[in-house]
This record gives sequence, structure tokens and C-alpha cells, in this order.
Amino acid sequence: MGSRYVLEMTDISKEYYGNRVLKNVNLQVEPGEIHALVGENGAGKSTLMNILFGMPVIHETGGFEGEIKIDGQPAMIDNPYKAMDYGIGMVHQEFMLIPGFTVTENIKVGREITNPTFLSKVFGKDLETLDIEKMRRDARVALDTIGLNIEEYVQVAGLPIGYMQFVEIAREIDKTGIKLLVFDEPTAVLTESEADRLLEIVQLIASKGIGIVFITHRLDEVMAISDRLTILRDGEVVATLNAKDTTVERVAELMIGRKVEKLIEGMGDHRVLSDADIALSLRDFYVDMPGERVKGVNLDIRNGEIFGIGGLAGQGKLGIPNGIMGIYDSEGTVELFGKELDLTKLGEALRNGIAFVSEDRRGVGLLLDESIEFNVVFSAMQIKGDFLIRLGPITIYDQRKAREHTLEMIKTLDIRCTGPKQLVGSLSGGNQQKVCLARALTLNPALLIVSEPTRGIDIGAKRLVLEHLIKLNREEGLTIVVVSSELVELRSMCDRIAIISGGNVAAILEPDAPDAEFGLAMAGLRKEGASIA
Amino acid sequence: MREKLSEIYENLGLPRIIIIGFFIVLLIAAVPLGLSVPNLLGDAIRRWAMYGVLVLAMVPAVECGINLNFGISLGIVAGLLGSTTAIEMGIPNPWTSLFAAMAIGVLVAIPLGIGYGILLNRVKGSEMTVSTYVGFSVVAFMNLVWLSLPFKSGTLIWPLGGRGMRNTISLASSFGGVLNNFLGVQIGDPTQGLYVPTGLILFFMAACVVVWLFLRSKTGLAMSAAGSNPMFARASGINVDMMRILGTTISTALGAIGIITYSQSYGFLQLYNAPLMMGFHCVAAVLIGGATVRSAKISHAIIGTFLFQGILAVALPVANKLLPGTNLADVMRIIISNGIILYALSKTKEGS
Repeated sequence: MGSRYVLEMTDISKEYYGNRVLKNVNLQVEPGEIHALVGENGAGKSTLMNILFGMPVIHETGGFEGEIKIDGQPAMIDNPYKAMDYGIGMVHQEFMLIPGFTVTENIKVGREITNPTFLSKVFGKDLETLDIEKMRRDARVALDTIGLNIEEYVQVAGLPIGYMQFVEIAREIDKTGIKLLVFDEPTAVLTESEADRLLEIVQLIASKGIGIVFITHRLDEVMAISDRLTILRDGEVVATLNAKDTTVERVAELMIGRKVEKLIEGMGDHRVLSDADIALSLRDFYVDMPGERVKGVNLDIRNGEIFGIGGLAGQGKLGIPNGIMGIYDSEGTVELFGKELDLTKLGEALRNGIAFVSEDRRGVGLLLDESIEFNVVFSAMQIKGDFLIRLGPITIYDQRKAREHTLEMIKTLDIRCTGPKQLVGSLSGGNQQKVCLARALTLNPALLIVSEPTRGIDIGAKRLVLEHLIKLNREEGLTIVVVSSELVELRSMCDRIAIISGGNVAAILEPDAPDAEFGLAMAGLRKEGASIA
Repeated sequence: MREKLSEIYENLGLPRIIIIGFFIVLLIAAVPLGLSVPNLLGDAIRRWAMYGVLVLAMVPAVECGINLNFGISLGIVAGLLGSTTAIEMGIPNPWTSLFAAMAIGVLVAIPLGIGYGILLNRVKGSEMTVSTYVGFSVVAFMNLVWLSLPFKSGTLIWPLGGRGMRNTISLASSFGGVLNNFLGVQIGDPTQGLYVPTGLILFFMAACVVVWLFLRSKTGLAMSAAGSNPMFARASGINVDMMRILGTTISTALGAIGIITYSQSYGFLQLYNAPLMMGFHCVAAVLIGGATVRSAKISHAIIGTFLFQGILAVALPVANKLLPGTNLADVMRIIISNGIILYALSKTKEGS
């Protein structure tokens, strides 16, 4: 063996289309160690694990640099089967189980124990019969190891979510020669008691000498069970620490810490913000958006401010604007300038002067097969009846007026295109975003909500979009709500930032608040005085 | 020059160029076979205008998001019901009779279309499969109705037995040919020359203009948006389900008007199983014109109908001359219509 590490990843770098997502990352895991891997969304955790498992996405995009050693021996992992041969297993965030199969079948799938038969002797190994008895015994052993008291012959389909996760773990430890097990956000979908149970099982598995890589953003879990932790930020390892030598605050700070470039400096600020002048007020606001549920948010957004909503993916920050706009069903009170909106009516928010730039540009934000012109004027035409012309008893689309307006928008927002007739599907991400923004502005809104304004667009366009938003705020007094997973972006332009965690407001922070406070809020740990939902 | 040609190629697409080429080849082949080209062209024009409105019915259906309306038979039976009722009423003036048939047909089509639209909203993702079977089922159901309607008019019911309607009902005493003959122009010899059914063409064009105006209206544009991206439409405050019902209803109503224009030109009403496959011909025609399951324009309906019906009108006599006594033309019609449907469906990206 000759190595104290079961896994060594040295100087790992990876580029996606010229975009460096991992820079000289090192990771060592000892046998029996629980090694936590923490970082924000996009810090490079998944990419690192994809490399470890030889996922096709890595090799289709030009491979990676660096070296992987298993038990001290250099390993060439270029497909997931190789990773399995090396004794690396993974418990996925989304369950990779077949619902109609029994627990045993799911544990043994792909590695069935078989008996030869007459047919198999003639036609080959694929026709051997399953040795159900042996498979059941194996499955039982695996289930007992993790202390799961379910019958091995029940179907997976009806099991509670938590149990599915445990079946998945049982499958991994049933693999012979497993040396390293990766848990990818295993507690994300579990209830609190299930999560506790899972953490116990993880410790149990580690005590058998299996190395564990534990990926999560729940810092309290990390501190509770891990031996060491590696913190990734922007594709780089910022620190590898012993868990007992550090604190949650320190980890949170390292996870977030980044220089914030203030975009608002140098712009005159003549705004008067007052807690008495509220533009948008949410009370006990629930939104049923799959994967982004909002559970009883209270927020007051002041007239004239730029308000940021941040938080990790899946915590509910995207649910807030989508609920207000009526794209997903919501409950609770929403007041705009003191007037209560009836969100059960479709388009209510739009009619009352809230414009929205969706985070899902291609899915919700645009008609990809239509022209820039049509995309820009569409909402204003539908909501306010602009760009229509009366011809006797009928009203039809006023193309000339739409053309004039679009040309103006192309100029102000600097949309790079061949003309207003170009189809938006053929524009670059940044220019598509500008078209979305142009449509929102065409509505002449009293309040603008922009969701993930810079997702998937290049740096130059990013800056331009953000600066234009600030300009609108400062010069025209437009109240803007920015929802973004890029904390740096929010801190560069917002007056206040609400961090959403677990579908609720974890904290409302000033942009200059310490990194640790942001990190803790994102991890769902709140300062005393606030309760955890 | 080269650029222009490639632009034309881009706009038309390979399938249309092949079909246009085939059409021209057929016309050229007609000359040495001793067929009158003006006569064939006249036939093509007449069939184009007579099928036009039926094919036009596909446009609002595709635009509102229910894909190709294979269930246009629903509109067709509504139109047939309107026509038979108008005949039963015994209106002597052909124009009054025609418009009465259309009015009743549309009145029947509207509730049917609304119900059909509600049904299609429940089966999002498999509209085309469901609409095909809606079309088949309604034809079967109407077979019972045709047999049991208490109509008394001698032109409608079987001469023996006094109950149940005939397979084929002559329109000579009601509105047969009334649009075709309105301002009709005969160019050249009556047997060999070209007859232009001006009234029929005008009616078809008027229908196109009405649909075009609707599609350019606020509601029409909202409907198209709902069809091409439901989430986008919802985010703009549009009730997507309502728009789909609207599009389906308009399509069904156009189907009713379409079969009446078709029948008046043909001179007969065809009941029972006659409407069974008509949906497929309409679908094939609009697809030949360049429509997809996601987008259809009025120009697609106009061009597609001309090519599809033109080929049939010319191919039939040519094939009969080449191979007398066979039904090669009909075989070709089936190959072309089903082949083009297959081609277009294979071009669609996803199942929905």
C-alpha cells in the first residue's frame, strides 16, 4: 500500500470552454476519515467529484490536469465503471433507484448473483437465473450494517424519502472492496431526525475504515461529524482545516470571503429611503415552487432602494419573485404601495406595475422563435394595450410603433443584433438578457424584480446590465429587487440584502456586513434572537 | 444570383422544392399525353380554393399550442349538420341557404370546439394522438345520428324506408356551386380551357384575411404566445388554457365553414364515413406548405393546399393515361399525404 491516504487528488485543474472552474486543487482523504468538502454553489465541488468518477462530461470537454492516486497508486479513471473498480462509491443527492424494484433488487442491480441454467449454457451468461436467496442475504447484511429495519423484499416505490437514501447507502456498502464513499448533499431532502440518523450511519461506515467525502452546505453538520474539511471557493482550495481547530464562523467566512467591488461608488445618491415609505410588503408569504419553496416570508422593501435577495440554490430565494408574479401558486399577503394584490388572479402583479425579469431566460423569459421586437413589446401590449392600432371595429398590432420603440431600446441597452427583426433565439446570453430587461422596462414599472440578472452571460455584459440597473434606480428612482445566487453581485449594488435559507429569511444584512455573517445566514444558522424554521 | 438562389432554397426547404419539381414534371408530362394543361390547371385551382378553408383551420390550432388538429372531423360534422339542417329548412335562395348552413354549422361547432378544447387541456403532451381518436370517434358517433335524425326532406333521406339520411346528398336544389359560379370566368374553350371560380377564391381569400387579422390582434398574439411558450405567456398574465380553448374552437368553426365551401364546390354532401380521413389531408397540406407542429402561418395553408391538391389534380389524369385501369393516382395520393405527415412529425424535436 505504502500510503496513508486512500485518495489523493493533486493539482487538479479543469477548464470548461476556456472558463477555469478548478485551479490546482488538492484533496487527501485517509481511510476511516470523514472529510467534508464545503463551498458555495459553483465553487467547484461537483466538478471535482465528476473528475473523481470519470464522468463523461469531463472527458467530452477536454479532460483535466493533475493526478489522482488511490491507495498511493496512480489511477486512470476515465469512466464511472473504472471508479467503481477502484472501490469508489457515491450516494447521490437525487436518488438513483428504480421505483418498481424491491430493496434487494435495487441494492444488487448490475451486480446480481446468478446461477447457470440450460439456456445460459447455450446462449451465454445473460440468461442465467438470479439467485434471489443469496441476493437477499447480501442485502440483509448491508441493511443491518447501517441499522435499517426494513424488509429487503418491499418495493422501493412506497418507501419514505429518508429510507430511499438509506437504501442507496446500503447499495454502496454492499459493493465489495469499497474504500471511499462520496455523499453529495445527502441531507438536503431529509427531515431533521432522518438527517441525524444519516449522520450516525456515516460515522458508523467511517469507523469500518472507509474513507468518506461529505459534500454539504450545512455547516453545523460539517462541524458535528467531520474530521477535516476542505473549503473551495471559485475553484480554488482556500483552506484545509481540522474540524476541531476551527469554528463555524471561520468556515463561513472562508467560504464567502471575496473582494467586493462597489459598483455604486461614483454615482450620485440623492435618494431618501424611509421605513415609512414601503414599496412592496410581504406578510406570511408561501410559494409552492418545486425545489424553491417559500415558507412564510415577511419582507418590507422600501420605495427607491435596491434590495437584494440571496441564498443558496434550493433554499427558496427564486420562489419569492415567481410567487409574486403568479407563475407559481402562493399564499399570504402582498402589498404594493399599500394596495393589497390578489395573486390568485393571473397577471395581477403585472397590471399593478411590477415587472419581472425571470431567471429562466430561455424557458420563461423569451419567445425564442420570435423577433426581438415582438419580445420587447409583447408584455406591454398584453397588459397595457400599448402598440395596438384601431382599424374600425378591430384592433391589431401596430408594427411601426413597436419598431420605433425597439430601435430605441436596442440603442439604450446596447443590444448587439442585426436589427429588431432578428430572432432572439440566435442572440448571445447577454443580449437575450437585455431583451428581457427591455421588455420589463417597456412596461414602465413601478417596481422591477430581476432574478439572476447575470446568469450565463459574459463579464462585460454582466457589468453593463448591473450598471444599467443602478442607473435606473439612481436616475429614475425605480425600486429594484435583485434576486441572485452571486453574493458578490448583490453586495456590489444593493442597499440591503435578505438571505433566504430553508424557505425563510435567515437575515437581512447590510452589504458591508462581515463575510462570516453572510456565510452563517446562508448555512441556515442564525444569530440569537431569530428562530430557525 | 447564387445568394438569391440559396436564399430561396432556405426559405422553401428541400421537401417543398421536391414537390414543386414533381408538380412541374407532371404538368410537362401531361403535354405529350394529350391532356389539356389549362384544363388541369383549372382543376388544380378549383381544388385549391375548395380545400383552402379546411386547411386554414389548422393554423389557429397549431398556433394555440394543440399542434396539428387531426380532430378537424369534429368541425366537419358540425358543418354537415348545418348543411343538412339548411336543406331541411328548404330555403330556395342558394345564397341564403349557404349562409344559413354556415351559421348553423358554426353555432354547432362552437360548443363542440369548447368541449374539445377542455379535453385537450387535460391531455397536454399527447394532443395529436388524442385528437386523431376524437376525429375517428365523432365520425362513428355521427353515423348513428345521420341514421336517426328526424329529417323529412326528400333530398336528404333514403327514397325507400323514409328514415335515415343518404350517403351522398345532392346540393343542386340548395347551395351547390353558388360560390364557384359567382363571377366565374371561363378562359378558352369550355371543355379544354381554364375555368376560374372567382367567388370561391374570393371567399377563401376573405377567410384568410379574417384569420390574419385575428392573429394580429391582441388576443391572437396572446394565443400564439401561449402556443409557442406557455410559461412565457403565463408570466405575461395570459390564461394559457383559455387561449388553447379559443384556438381549438376557432379551428373547429373553420372546419365547419370549410366543409360547406368544399361541398358547395363538389356539389354533394358526403355523410357517414366520408370525413374520416379528411383531417389527414388537411394536416398533410399545411405541412407541405411549410408548417411544423409548433408553428403554422396562413401562407403555409395557402401554398400547401395548392401544392397538395395541385399534385392530386394533375397526377390523377396523368397516371390514368400512363397506366390505364389502375388506381395509381390514389396510391400516390396516399403515399404523398401520409409520407409528408411522417416526415413532418419526425422533424419535431420533443414529444410535447
